[in-house]
Amino acid sequence: MATLLDNQNTDHLAPAPTAETETNPTARSTTSAVDSSLVYATTLMVGTFLGILFTKSEVVRWQRVHEMFLFQDSHLYLIIGSGVAVAMLGMAIIRKCEASDIYGKPIQYKPKPFHKGVALGGMTFGAGWAITGACPGPIYAQLGSGVGLAGFTVAGALAGMYLYAWAKPHLPH
Amino acid sequence: MTDFLLQPWPWWFSGPLIGLTVPLLYLLAGKGFGISTSFQQIGALCSPRSKLDYLKNYDRRQGTWTLVFALGIVIGGFIGSQWLSAEPIEFLPAKFYSIGGAIKLFIGGTLVGFGARYAGGCTSGHAITGIANWNFPSVVATIFFFVGGLGVTWGLGHILF
Repeated sequence: MATLLDNQNTDHLAPAPTAETETNPTARSTTSAVDSSLVYATTLMVGTFLGILFTKSEVVRWQRVHEMFLFQDSHLYLIIGSGVAVAMLGMAIIRKCEASDIYGKPIQYKPKPFHKGVALGGMTFGAGWAITGACPGPIYAQLGSGVGLAGFTVAGALAGMYLYAWAKPHLPH
Repeated sequence: MTDFLLQPWPWWFSGPLIGLTVPLLYLLAGKGFGISTSFQQIGALCSPRSKLDYLKNYDRRQGTWTLVFALGIVIGGFIGSQWLSAEPIEFLPAKFYSIGGAIKLFIGGTLVGFGARYAGGCTSGHAITGIANWNFPSVVATIFFFVGGLGVTWGLGHILF
């Protein structure tokens, strides 16, 4: 797989991020490289595929999420479990083959760091998930499905993001 | 086949396909699967002169793809509910169609947005992508997603729902 993808090296389509943006996250955006239109096209495609899956799997339904937390319904546990298993297998194959993406760039997972917010924020997130019956992906899928009330959830999510932006310097990390 | 597709999809069909989007997004776009960064992207775009480090130091152009990804999910939601469903989907129970329901969704949404950004990811970035890559903090995050969700459902459920 790796060699196949290497042969299709289309590096010129996607300018690699400059060293500056990689090492200096505080750099202002205007100088940094942007993705090619092909990246946006494939991203849109995968996103659409995912939106269909979220909707058709009923991850987007409040009742399903509620019954998951009540241990009345194994549906969501099985979705998350089988999803993680397949993703894990896929990533193992990618590592084993040292596969590159279709632009020729090596695929590398960027680990998310540990800090106190992983637990504190995680708990807050879980509480919101149980109340709204939707995590961020399904919120977007609800919007697309024309659920007007999802506008309140989105507005709340953005308010929460601003709240975090404001509170970040004062929170334990 | 058409009948099957127009009904709600069983877990053994939809779960593995959701998992497949993780390697797919890496292969086709070179991106790590995650959704809640798009909130930060929206914040940085809407408040370009913000003095808050979280928005000021965020690279808006590098993050454009997160919005494109979110837009895809919006479109997918439309296709899934309007064209691929034999019957209308009940997203939210009738009791949410009230002022109290809207307030609950707003407050719950605030917890989702705040918590996902504080934890550094949501169900997609931590629970699916993180665990699939053996990232230990993501396991911790996922455990605490359930601590919060179970706590609210079992502790406050009789008041809230």
